[in-house]
Amino acid sequence: MRERSVVNELNELLNAFGETGADKRIFADKEIAHLAASGHKILSMRGVEGLEVDASETLTGIFANVVVKEGVILKNPVHLCFGVLHKKGKQRIKINVRLEKASYAHFIAHCVFPRAERVKHIMDAVIEIGEDAEMRYSETHYHGLYGGVEVIPKAVVKVGKKGRYFTDFNLTTGRVGILFIDYTVEAAEKAIAELTARVFGHANDNIKIKEKIVLSGRDSRGLIKTRIALEDEARAEVTGITEGNAEGARGHVDCTEIVKDRAVARAIPIVNVTHPLAKVTHEAAIGSVDKRQMETLMAHGLSPEEAVNLIVKGILR
Amino acid sequence: MELLKIKNLFYSVNDRHIIKNLTLSISPHEIHALLGANGSGKTTLAYLIMGCEGYRPTAGEIIFEGKIINALPVHERARLGITMAWQEPVRFEGICVADYLTLKNRFVSSKSLQPSLSPAHYLEMVGLEPSLYLDRMVDKSLSGGERKRIELASILALNPKLAILDEPDSGIDMLSTQDIINVINAFKENGSSVLLITHREEIALIADKASQICHGEIIASGSPKEVSEYYKSRRCLVCEGEVCRE
Repeated sequence: MRERSVVNELNELLNAFGETGADKRIFADKEIAHLAASGHKILSMRGVEGLEVDASETLTGIFANVVVKEGVILKNPVHLCFGVLHKKGKQRIKINVRLEKASYAHFIAHCVFPRAERVKHIMDAVIEIGEDAEMRYSETHYHGLYGGVEVIPKAVVKVGKKGRYFTDFNLTTGRVGILFIDYTVEAAEKAIAELTARVFGHANDNIKIKEKIVLSGRDSRGLIKTRIALEDEARAEVTGITEGNAEGARGHVDCTEIVKDRAVARAIPIVNVTHPLAKVTHEAAIGSVDKRQMETLMAHGLSPEEAVNLIVKGILR
Repeated sequence: MELLKIKNLFYSVNDRHIIKNLTLSISPHEIHALLGANGSGKTTLAYLIMGCEGYRPTAGEIIFEGKIINALPVHERARLGITMAWQEPVRFEGICVADYLTLKNRFVSSKSLQPSLSPAHYLEMVGLEPSLYLDRMVDKSLSGGERKRIELASILALNPKLAILDEPDSGIDMLSTQDIINVINAFKENGSSVLLITHREEIALIADKASQICHGEIIASGSPKEVSEYYKSRRCLVCEGEVCRE
């Protein structure tokens, strides 16, 4: 009985996943690792050689432990599909990811809440990237059209010597609801951390993004890049923090927010340098669409509405 | 019939005339060079023809193909066949060169415009290797010269009836002067007229006609050679040569 309901729910989750434009056949491919969960139910899971995935349902949510073994280069991305398919619900995921020395993995997370009217999704991640290992984490969300989702992803990441960590958070289709991202990354010697977030807020969506990179290792590199577009009465507050605490550390915080209608945007770049040979820079631009960009596109024949759409799509690309 | 006719145009800011009783005509397939010192009103005239925000004539008429266009917004003028390459083109995050060069195909439905060739063709026309540029973004990763060439390619791709080129040679190295001349000639070969704003005599000389502007007035019109000589002679009656110097 439970098996049949799991299959039905998995199909429903994959259908919702497919409706966001993604290819749901990847979940049938034996060469591709995945973990799919709806609410607090694990629906499907597959590992591949060199990747250990241990996931379980607990009283308070889902716990997953993921390890990429030393020297393993995963040729296919690992897909994580999380969602709540009902109008109301809660999903709490605690995930630990460890990439061992000189390994490589690309995780693609799909978070779908297509019918959400009152849904809460909490993600708590602890990520450890070993020496000379590289992790890419692409996260695409679809929260439906009602704005009834509250999403709170939190991650604490340690990037080891010469390690590399790249994230890309995308929520550019449908409503946002309430979003509060809280990521902290610490980069060791010669490590690289790049955090990118792109969000399009509508109606009364409320977006808070707090991303912090601590450059504690010599010659470490950090980039926080945030692109936000807001319309109607949406609000966004973006806090990008970079600390340069070691010789040769280089960091940059780059935030662009475009506002339309009665939307309100706020950017708080914080740079903190404690070593005289570290350097951290920041740039933040908030405003309506640039007049010169508009006129250039209009001189190519685009209407003002088409020009604004293209500029907004561009910064969220 | 003239393609563009500007009659007794005035444009004032705070009661100060920036453009003063300016009259100018451009025929179909004509390259018309506009010479003038910095601050003489060349770019202001370009903005008035294009209809940029804040640039509406105080008096006079801008007539395109017999229609007064004083009140039309930029995109409606563009759809009539007027376009402009700014002196310093803006950057666009997230828009690749291939898409930028095909904006017309995506958004403009004017049947009066000629069909476009491939984006690669237009890049080659401005001296850029397509395989190196088509996938690049039109953003700050491009140098000033590269961005300028891509802007010219995008204007060529529009097949406009009138292209306003505001100093297409600025920011492009001297060795590329012949490239710029080739591009301007390409507009003419494609059937476009060009209003060519430039400081460089060798570029102005390829025009069919030329005019010199000083303090917002056209002070000389004629062959490019004559106007160029006049420009260099500082015999301007408006500023008595004080402004009209090279």
